[in-house]
This record gives sequence, structure tokens and C-alpha cells, in this order.
Amino acid sequence: MLRVEAETRLGVLALDVALEVSRGECLALAGPSGAGKTSVLRVAAGLLRPERGRVDAGADTWLDTARGIDVPPEQRRCGYVFQEYALFPHLTAWQNVAYPLRGMPRRERRARSLGLLERFGMRELADARPQTLSGGERQRVALARVLARDPGVLLLDEPLSALDPRTRAGAARELAAVLREVEAPALFVTHDFAEAAQLGNRVGVIDAGRVIQEGTPSELAATPQSAFVADFTGAVVLTGMARSGADGLTSVKLDGGGEVTSTDHGEGPVAVSVYPWEIAIEPVTAALAPGSTQNHLSAEVLSVTRVGNRVRLGLAGPQTLAAEITGVAADELGLRAGARVTASWKASATRLVAI
Amino acid sequence: MRAFPALLALALAVALTFLTVPIVAIFVDSSPAELIDSLGEPGALDALWLSLRATAMALALILIVGTPAAYLLATRSFRAKPVVVTLVELPLVLPPAVAGIALLAAVGPSGILGGAVAAAGIELSLQTAGVVVALTFVASPFYVRQAMAAFAAVDRTLLDASRTLGASEARGFVRVMVPAALPGLTAGTALALGRALGEFGATLMFAGSFQGITQTVPLAIYAKLGTDFETALALSAVLVAISAAILLSVKLVHGREALGGAPG
Repeated sequence: MLRVEAETRLGVLALDVALEVSRGECLALAGPSGAGKTSVLRVAAGLLRPERGRVDAGADTWLDTARGIDVPPEQRRCGYVFQEYALFPHLTAWQNVAYPLRGMPRRERRARSLGLLERFGMRELADARPQTLSGGERQRVALARVLARDPGVLLLDEPLSALDPRTRAGAARELAAVLREVEAPALFVTHDFAEAAQLGNRVGVIDAGRVIQEGTPSELAATPQSAFVADFTGAVVLTGMARSGADGLTSVKLDGGGEVTSTDHGEGPVAVSVYPWEIAIEPVTAALAPGSTQNHLSAEVLSVTRVGNRVRLGLAGPQTLAAEITGVAADELGLRAGARVTASWKASATRLVAI
Repeated sequence: MRAFPALLALALAVALTFLTVPIVAIFVDSSPAELIDSLGEPGALDALWLSLRATAMALALILIVGTPAAYLLATRSFRAKPVVVTLVELPLVLPPAVAGIALLAAVGPSGILGGAVAAAGIELSLQTAGVVVALTFVASPFYVRQAMAAFAAVDRTLLDASRTLGASEARGFVRVMVPAALPGLTAGTALALGRALGEFGATLMFAGSFQGITQTVPLAIYAKLGTDFETALALSAVLVAISAAILLSVKLVHGREALGGAPG
């Protein structure tokens, strides 16, 4: 179990977080840059001392400002994977991995390091210098080095951001395997919600120094409690004025024109969020058949981007929005920039958050 | 050829001639055989041996004290730091004669700390130890400045990584920071070495010029100037060779740094 509580001022940022990760669990801390994600890791590792705070790892207390306890970083059994991996440039891959191994003969240090490198398929590159390795290979060396420390806690700072998009998917799979295998609680920091959802059992969304919502990735996506979380999890966010309508539904007059209905309750200024894959697209010429879909906005197609077997449409309606449809549907509709379409979705897929 | 490029080329030709002719002259004024013969003079050999010993001792002191001091200045920030850095760098621009006087006033026989130095059983004036003090005083800023820049250029997360991997800061300093800053530290050592070998004014004023005891190569060159121009030339030739070797090695080290040190 890892528990981190910290309250401190860092320049313009007021960091105030409290989080807990259980054994075998990976908590992803996701938020924009400057939100204080890395500072949380540094507090846990002992590289940053907060004004007030407490860090517990299992039965050990690493920091308790109230009791004057502050265990130095070298005595906290933390496996910290740095953003750019921080491999020692003057040491070879195996010497990097052997760095935390002490109090044993060189031969044994080498044997253990090679064993760890082997596990990451890096045995052949044991004598290579970090500068000659690719980003993915560096990540493996960094993971092997951290495991050599036999960490009680894993801290990972944007471990995938230094990688190019092609190696990122593979590296994420490897990382997920390591996280599953290692029993230690893991705290993982990223600015990418998709990455957080992929690697974290739970996700905490952090903004301006505070964890504003915590839950499983699907909970966050389905019931965002703020416009920020909705936006961050990839939803379309529109703004407008809400008032109670018929049948207990809420009707929202959107800024810039148009009106949508939601099953959520709200009154006054609200953020309306809907996921792109909930939005259906029809040609504007088609008569709107009566159906279960309540919300219709007419919009102009701004962009058509293929993402795998799907197509993401950028739309300009009263406000900009995005829709995601299958490639087949996009082809049938003959969508291209400039086309006029109607975007429709159900009132029950429409989330309202007061702003 | 256009006028301006021709003018540039002419300026370079003049500068190059002016800078190289005197150095070339040292080697052509006498034949190589004569130069080597002149080095056999007892005074010349004494001076070379003394310069070697005194410079080595000064360098050892500079490295042992200067490396941790430079590390501290590069990795910590405190309010008095700009003042401290300026004070450390001051001897760089101090005229050598002033350095000599300053050392006399501080640790000379009647200097403010002279009594304490004598009481500790250390004799500096007119002694080889005095030469070492003068060389250290004049040459150390060259090393400390360069070492500071070298440490400051090392990615601080390397030290953080070392600590989270279980190494104390002292161990991280020895195992990570010094090796990572090594090219810069080497360059600083070479600069300090060059400055110490050529030191003249401070040594002369503080330690005097006694053959075999305080007469380093530059002092011997000056002493031989009137009586034995041949030996003065031979000693100068040796210093030119050493200086060229230092410059070359610094350039090589920096070249390697540029090739191997770039993050990629």
C-alpha cells in the first residue's frame, strides 16, 4: 500500500493531494502539464519535501512532516522511472542495471543484471551505451534497473511520452505486463487519458494541483463530474443555459444557437458533454424520421480523419463538436470537408455539469 | 576577387603571421641538437623538474578541493552565491604582481596569517611550498570555473535517479556526477595546468627565484636571458611543446564530448 498526502506551494501552483494505491494496483494520475503530477511522484520518492504531508509505504512511514520524519530518497525503496529514463550515459546497459546492486561481487552483479535484461529481451545489448539505444530499448533498461532495486513502490513519470508513436503501443503492452507482474503498488503519471485508461486500474484526474475526480476509466468517461474531466476524457463539451423542461427532462439553449435535451438535471449555465461515438451523422437532406433520438444539430464538416477502422469528423455547428463513425458509414455518406450534415444523439447520452 | 573578401583574407594572414612567427623562431633560431644540448645545463634540468613537481602538487590541491567546491556551486542555490562565485573568479583577472603581493600580505613572514602558518611548522617564503601556493592561487579559478560549468551542464535527474536507486548523494557525486562531467573537468584541468606552468609574477614575488628550490621554468628563462640565451630558448621550446599538447588534448576531449555527449 502506498499513501501520499501533500500540501505545498510550488511557484504559482498550490499542490493539495491525498491518494492511496493498494498492493498490486496501478493508479494513473492524469492531467495537463503543470497540474502537479510529477511533484506528487517527487514527494513520494523524497525528492521534494512538501510543507505539510505524509507518505506511507506498507508499514513504513517515509514522510510525516507533523512528526518530523523525512526518510532520504536513497533509503525509500522506490522504483522511479523518469520521463526521459535518466540512464547514466557513461555506463553500459548492464552497468546501469547493476547500479542499485551493491554489497556483492562484480560477477554476481553482472549475472543479475544480465538476468533482468534477458527478461526484457535486451541480453544482446547489455554492453551498449544508452546513447546508442532506441527509445523503446532505453525504457526497457530503465525498467530493468528499477526492478534491480526490488522496489516496494513503483513510480512512473510519463514513461511512454519519450517514445515515437510506432513503438509506444508495444512499450505500453510491455509496461502493462510488468505492472501486472510486480506486486508493488504503482503510481503512474500521464497527460494522456487513453494511456491512463490502458495502464491504470484506477485513474485520478489532476488539475491545478488537485485530484478533481477519481475512479475507473469507464466511470470517469461515463459520469464526468466536471467539464474538465469530460473534456479530458475525450468528450465533446458544449456550453449553454439549462432550464427544466417537460417530462422531467432538461432543455439547454446552446450558446451560438440550437437547443438540446438531457436526462440530467441542471439549471443556469452548464457544460453539455457527449461522447463522439454517441453522435450519429445523417445527410442534411434526409427528412428526420421520428425516433428515439432527441438532439439534432445541423453542422458543416470541417475535417475527416481516419483512425483505424473509424473516422473522426470535426464539425462546425453552433459550436465545434466531433463525431466518430465507422469508415464504411463515412464512405456511404460520401463525407468530405464542407458537406452539411445533421448530428444527432440521445438525451440519455447527454451529460450536464454546472459551470 | 572582390575587395572585401580579399581584405578579410589579408587580416587573417597578418594575424596568423604575427602570432606564429615568434613561436616558429624559437625552433629555428638554434638547431634542434643545440636545443637538446642546452637542456643538459644543470639550471635547466632543475627548473624543469621543479616546475613539474610544483605544478603536479598544485593541480592535486586544485582537484581535491576545487571539484567538490565547484559541485556545490553548480548544484545549490543560496543568496550569497553570486558573490561567492565572483570572489572565486577574482584571481582570473588579478595582475600576477598583485597576486604575489596579496599572498605576501596574507601568508608571508609578516603577513596577517604569517604567524599562524609559521606556528604550524610550514615554511612558505623562498621554499618550494611557496611556489605551490602561488601556482594554486593563480590557477585554481581556471579549474573551478570550468568544473562549475561542467557540473551545471549535467542533467540533474541523473543525480535524482542515483538517489532513488539507493545511492547517497556522496556516492552519486563519485559514481555519476564526476564521470558525467569528466570532459569538462578534464578541460578545466588542462587550463589550470597551462596557467600553472606559465606562472611567473606571483611566484617571483612570493617565493623568489632560487635554482632548484623556487626557480620554475618561466623564472629560469628570465634568469638565463642575459647570460645563456641558448638555454632560455631550449626551455621555451619545451613550454611551447607542452602548451601545444594541452591545447590539442582539450580540443580532442571537446570533440569527443560533442560526438558522444549529445542526447539522441
